[in-house]
Amino acid sequence: MPRWGMVIDLDRCTACQACVVACKAENNIPFSSPKEAGRRRIISWMRVLPMMEGEYPNLRERFIPRPCMHCDNPPCVKVCPVGATYKNKEGLIAQVYTQCIGCRYCTNNCPYTLKYFNWFRPEWPEEMENYLNPDVSIRSKGVVEKCTFCHHRLQKAREKARAENRELKEEDYIPACVQTCPTDAIYFGDLDDSKSKVAQLARSPRAFRLLEELGTEPKVYYLSEGEWHG
Amino acid sequence: MDKDTLDEHFVDEVAHEDAPILKPILYTSKRFYTVVFILVVIILIGVLAWIFQLRKGLGITGLNQPIFWGFYITNFVFFIGISHAGTLISAILRLARAEWRRAITRSAEVITVLVLFFGVFNIITDLGQPGRMFKVFTDGKLSSPLLWDVLSISLYLAASAIYLYLPLIPDIALMRDKFKSKTKRLFYRILALNWKGTEKQWAILEKAISIMAVVVIPVAVSVHTVVSYVFAMTIQPMWHSTIFGPYFVTGAIFSGIAALIIAMYFIRRSYHLEDYLKPIHFNNLGLLLLVMSLLWFYFTFTENLTAFYGAEPAHLTVFWSKFIGGYAPYFWTMVGSCFVIPLVILSNRRTRTVTGTTIASVSVIIGMWLERFTIVLPTLINPRLPYEKGMYHPTWIEFAVTAGCFATFILLYVLFTKFFPIVSIWEVKEGKEIGVKETEERIKSYLPGKEKENLK
Repeated sequence: MPRWGMVIDLDRCTACQACVVACKAENNIPFSSPKEAGRRRIISWMRVLPMMEGEYPNLRERFIPRPCMHCDNPPCVKVCPVGATYKNKEGLIAQVYTQCIGCRYCTNNCPYTLKYFNWFRPEWPEEMENYLNPDVSIRSKGVVEKCTFCHHRLQKAREKARAENRELKEEDYIPACVQTCPTDAIYFGDLDDSKSKVAQLARSPRAFRLLEELGTEPKVYYLSEGEWHG
Repeated sequence: MDKDTLDEHFVDEVAHEDAPILKPILYTSKRFYTVVFILVVIILIGVLAWIFQLRKGLGITGLNQPIFWGFYITNFVFFIGISHAGTLISAILRLARAEWRRAITRSAEVITVLVLFFGVFNIITDLGQPGRMFKVFTDGKLSSPLLWDVLSISLYLAASAIYLYLPLIPDIALMRDKFKSKTKRLFYRILALNWKGTEKQWAILEKAISIMAVVVIPVAVSVHTVVSYVFAMTIQPMWHSTIFGPYFVTGAIFSGIAALIIAMYFIRRSYHLEDYLKPIHFNNLGLLLLVMSLLWFYFTFTENLTAFYGAEPAHLTVFWSKFIGGYAPYFWTMVGSCFVIPLVILSNRRTRTVTGTTIASVSVIIGMWLERFTIVLPTLINPRLPYEKGMYHPTWIEFAVTAGCFATFILLYVLFTKFFPIVSIWEVKEGKEIGVKETEERIKSYLPGKEKENLK
């Protein structure tokens, strides 16, 4: 069974936010009005977090693209009272929208604060409704959602491989953010396959994970800035 | 109350000596209807807000990312805390054979049973999908502290309802026998469960009450411990604390006693029960409140000093937002009203009067709500990763629903006093007939000299 993971090379990332947009289009994430945005109700499964370091005048700004960490030891899963969020066999943290009661305990126990809540029923401008992705279900109001590593793409890839009577290959399954990144800063693949690119990069001395000290064992690795930073 | 008016309602004069207790059940003043009217108006506004929220979604509250919890969870913890008034205090006093308990246990036990519903209601109101709440029973996962809450609170509700009902039976039977009105007699006959007051029945009842008094204490302690676990089991700064269990239980008993004193104050005034709820009762409860205030301060001090001294950045951020940041006004108001005000009023015998203890209690109630608020919010305001800092501006929806909860609770409480004696008639009577003698003999048994007989 593969253990899907991601590596994001911060040296390559230009913080262009293409991944953010691709994710929203792919996963039927509703638009947010300026009013609701001001009230911090934006849903953004992928977000580019600006991180300021140092003090004036020696400032350094880093940009960290932040999908779901798909922790191997997920704090959100154990607090869910109804099993609406769980870790599947391939290590992906799934969210079952029809099971979620909307208590938001998981959102509060996620140390990365990356789970989102549907404060209202999601709505799109009329002309956009025809462009929704048929592979991704529309969420109802009052449930929690988050990045799934484009799990629907994995299901499709697996069906295709089965139809072609072959094993699923790593390159069959690529999340939207990875596919769209113009500088190829995001890698995706099987962390347990020692020959895979992600597994090799995850072992790099540049590799780190967010809030590693909490023991959540995230499956998203970052490669810290090296030569490109002066 | 004069003899003639009593005779209008009762078959004989046995109940005359307890007339003041029965009066609220017989007569309803104009003021009562005014109070009920005001409460109903507040409730209707609350219901309107709630319906509005159910239709539109939680977006019309002030909650947002990352302030996922706000007023409703604060109310939940607060109401469950208040519920410790009754059952726990009355059970402890019963087991300790504190004779002064007799007139106050019932009014305490009613608080417990009624207020629990509002704790539960606030959790349901906070759900994004309240229609799916029964999934916690059908698909419940024991790994979640929320499920521990469900189990513990259900058990507590059942236990405290039984504990309220058992000592009510003889009083219900009394009314069944004494009322002239047929419909009233039928109502009480159903509830009296064929109570005849035989020796055997008394023995069973007394036994059952003492068993329940013992059972209810660990259940009550577990309830608020588990409520604290909802926060303590997370890995969030200043929620993840080992002392939250006892800290919350202390706070619960603290606010519970305060709620009881306030309830007693209004019962005493509105129903003229000055002869039953005496200054000594307020004095004794005031002393208990003082002890809890000191304990509460000790826990608050320990909790915050540990976070400050440990100086882990994530903890410190939360700490400072309580101490000098956006939540400082609430935090310091809480310290003032949970500690300074009660300490000043209650440590002086001259101010530990009926009015004095009531003022201290109102202060404690406000402070304990703020305590829950300053535990829930500052942690959520400060996410670990460098997001924008959170902010929470509750809308009229949260205020209306909260006010509606308080109003409904008061209304139900007031209605209870219209159907059942709010002071336990038989227990007071037992105190006069048996308690005095028993206490005297008990005290004698502590002292040197031969005991006359073996005391039960």
